[in-house]
Amino acid sequence: MSTTRKRVYGYLAEFGSASALYKAAEKVRDAGFRKWDCHTPYPVHGLDAAMGMKRSILPWFVFFGGMLGTATGFGLAYITQVEIYPTVVQAKPANIFTVPAFFPIMFELTILFSGFTTLFGLLALMKLPRLNHPLFASRQFHRATDDAFFIAVEARDPKFHPDKTRSFLEEIGGKSIELVEEED
Amino acid sequence: MATATEHAPSHTRQGPKLPVLEREKLILNGRSYHWITERICGVLENRQPLLWWLLFLPSALIAMVGVGLGLTYLVSTGVGVWGMSNRVFWGWDITNFVFWIGIGHAGTLISAVLFLTRQNWRTSINRAAEAMTIFAVMCAGIFPAFHVGRVWMAWFLAPIPNANAIWQNFKSPLLWDVFAVSTYFTISLIFWYLGMVPDLATIRDRCKPGLRKMLYGIFAMGWRGGNRQWSHYEMAYLLLAALSTPLVLSVHSVVSFDFATSVVPGWHTTIFPPYFVAGAIFGGFAMVLTIMVPARQIYGLHDVITMKHIDNMAKIILLTGTIVGYAYLMELFVAYYSGAKYEMDAFKFRITGPYWWAYLAMMSCNVLSPQLFWFKACRENLWVVMGVAMAVNIGMWFERFVIIVTTLARMFLPGDWKSYSPSWVEIMLFIGTIGMFLALFLLFLRFLPCINIAEVKWTLKESDPHHDDHHDHPDHGTELIPAYQRELHGKPIVGPDN
Repeated sequence: MSTTRKRVYGYLAEFGSASALYKAAEKVRDAGFRKWDCHTPYPVHGLDAAMGMKRSILPWFVFFGGMLGTATGFGLAYITQVEIYPTVVQAKPANIFTVPAFFPIMFELTILFSGFTTLFGLLALMKLPRLNHPLFASRQFHRATDDAFFIAVEARDPKFHPDKTRSFLEEIGGKSIELVEEED
Repeated sequence: MATATEHAPSHTRQGPKLPVLEREKLILNGRSYHWITERICGVLENRQPLLWWLLFLPSALIAMVGVGLGLTYLVSTGVGVWGMSNRVFWGWDITNFVFWIGIGHAGTLISAVLFLTRQNWRTSINRAAEAMTIFAVMCAGIFPAFHVGRVWMAWFLAPIPNANAIWQNFKSPLLWDVFAVSTYFTISLIFWYLGMVPDLATIRDRCKPGLRKMLYGIFAMGWRGGNRQWSHYEMAYLLLAALSTPLVLSVHSVVSFDFATSVVPGWHTTIFPPYFVAGAIFGGFAMVLTIMVPARQIYGLHDVITMKHIDNMAKIILLTGTIVGYAYLMELFVAYYSGAKYEMDAFKFRITGPYWWAYLAMMSCNVLSPQLFWFKACRENLWVVMGVAMAVNIGMWFERFVIIVTTLARMFLPGDWKSYSPSWVEIMLFIGTIGMFLALFLLFLRFLPCINIAEVKWTLKESDPHHDDHHDHPDHGTELIPAYQRELHGKPIVGPDN
C-alpha cells in the first residue's frame, strides 16, 4: 500500500555564487524570516552577520568542561597521592607542596575534557547526528556539498506563504526553486 | 585631478602605480569547485593505480609479520628477546617510541598552529598530516606498552589502584607521559574526524544508494552544510586548534621529561623540552613531505598541492633543522661550560666512542642536509626535497638512538659499561611498524578524502562573499607583480591529465 502523505518542508533556492548568496541572505533576514538556512560547500565567512545570527555559545561549554578537567586532574593526583596512599618514591614528599608535580596531568586532563566538551557540545548545538533529513529528498540538494549555494526557507516559519515566499525567492535572485516535501 | 583617496579610472590617475606583490595562488589553473570535488573524491572513487597495490601488499605483509609475529613472540617468550640487559634497558624500543611520537607532531602543528596563524596554505596538506599523526602515534604506542614486559599488566598505567590499593605515582614523568600521549591521540583523533565530517558528506552525496552511501552517511552524521551548522562547526574547529597548540608543545616536552628529570649525564639538561619539540616538528614535516610528494605525483594533485606548499614546508624544515642544530651545539657548550666531569665525558663518548657513526649520521642528516634549503633551486627540485626529507627521517631516528643508547651504555659505574646492539626481534618490530604506518596511510588514501575539500574550496578567491565588490571598485593605484609560481614556470603548471 503506498498511500504516503506528503508534508511540505519548504523552499530550496539556488544562488550562483557566494556573493549572490550573501546578498540574498541579507534580504531574507530583513524580510523577517526565522526558520531558514544557507547551505554552502564551505564556510562562507561573514554569512553569520548577513543571516543575523549570534556568535556560537560553544566556548562557554568548553570553558566549564576544561575547568572540570583541571579539577579532576588535581583531585585525582591530590586525593590518591596525599590523602589515600602517600607513597614516598626517591625520597620525594607527598603533601600539598608537591602540587607542581601534578601540573602536567592537570594540564592534560584540562585539554582532554575540553576536547570532549567541544565534540559533544558541537553535536548538541548542531542537532547532529541524524541520518535523515527532509532536504535529502531534494533532487538538487546533493550539490550543496559540491559546488552549489542554497537558501532553504522552512514551511514552519510564521512568515512562510506558498506563493509569496516563492516569488520572494525569485525576486532576490534564486534559481531552480524547488518545493521540498517530506513523507509524513 | 584625482587624489589618492578617491576612486578614479586608471587613465585619469596621476603619478606612478605602487608595485604590489600578487598573492600566491593556492589552487592553480583557475580550478572550479566541482573540479576540486571531482579530483579529490576521484582518489578514493576510482580504481587505485597499480603502484598502490605494489606498495600496499608488501607494507601490509611487513606489518603482519613484523608487528604481528614480532609481538606474539615477544609476549610468549618474554621481554628478554629485545636483547636488553645489564645497563641498556632502553634500547631500540624507546628510540622507536620517541621517533614515532615525534613524527606525529607535524600533523597537529600544521592543523592547529597554522590554522591559528591564518596560514591558508595548510588546507591542502593538513588532512594527510593529521592522518599521519594518528598512525604514527599508533605505532609509537606499541613500544612503551610492550616494553613494560608483562603487557597484560599494562593497565597498571591507568589511574586505578592495583590489588594492594597502591596508586600510580603522579609525580613520575612516566605517568605524565601516559596522560600526555593518550590525550594527544584522543584530541588528534577528534580534530581529524571533525575536520573530515563535511568532506564525508560530500562523498556521501556522490555515492549511489547502497552500502557505501550508508557507511559514509553514518560517519557524515547527517551534515548538510547549513550555515547554522557551519557557524558552530567553525567555532569548534577554532577551539580544538587552540587546545591542540599547547597540547602539541606539551607532549614532546613531557616525553623529554622522561629523560630530563633524571640525573643521568647527557639527559639532565633544561634544553630538552624545546629541543625535543623543535626536533619533532622537524622530523614530522620531513615525513609529511616524504608521503605527500609521491601522493601528489601519483594522484595528479599538482593544482592543489602546489610548489608553494612544498616550498613552505622546506622552509619550515630549514628553520627547525637549524634550531635542532643549535640545540646540539648548545648541549656541547653547556657540557663544557658547566664543568661537570660526567657530562663532559658523556658527550666525548658520543662523539668519539664506538657510536661515533651514529653521532655523525645525526649531525650530517639533521644539521647539514636541511641547509640545502637555503637555495631556491634545491627547494624547487623535488628529488632534492625528497632526498633531504629522507635524510631527516633517518637523522631523527639516529638522534634518539644517540641520546638513549650512548648515554645508557656508559653510566657512572665502569662495571656497568656495556656495548649495545639490537636483537633481531627489535629490528623486526621496528620494520614492522614502518610497514604498519605505510599500510594504514595507503588505506587512508583509499577510503578517506586525503585533502580537506571544504577548506581548499574556501581558499579560492571567489569564495569571499565580497569578491565581486572588488570588481566594482578596483584599486588603480596598484600594479600587481607576478608571484613565485609564475616566475618559476613561466606558464601555468600542467598536471598529468590536461
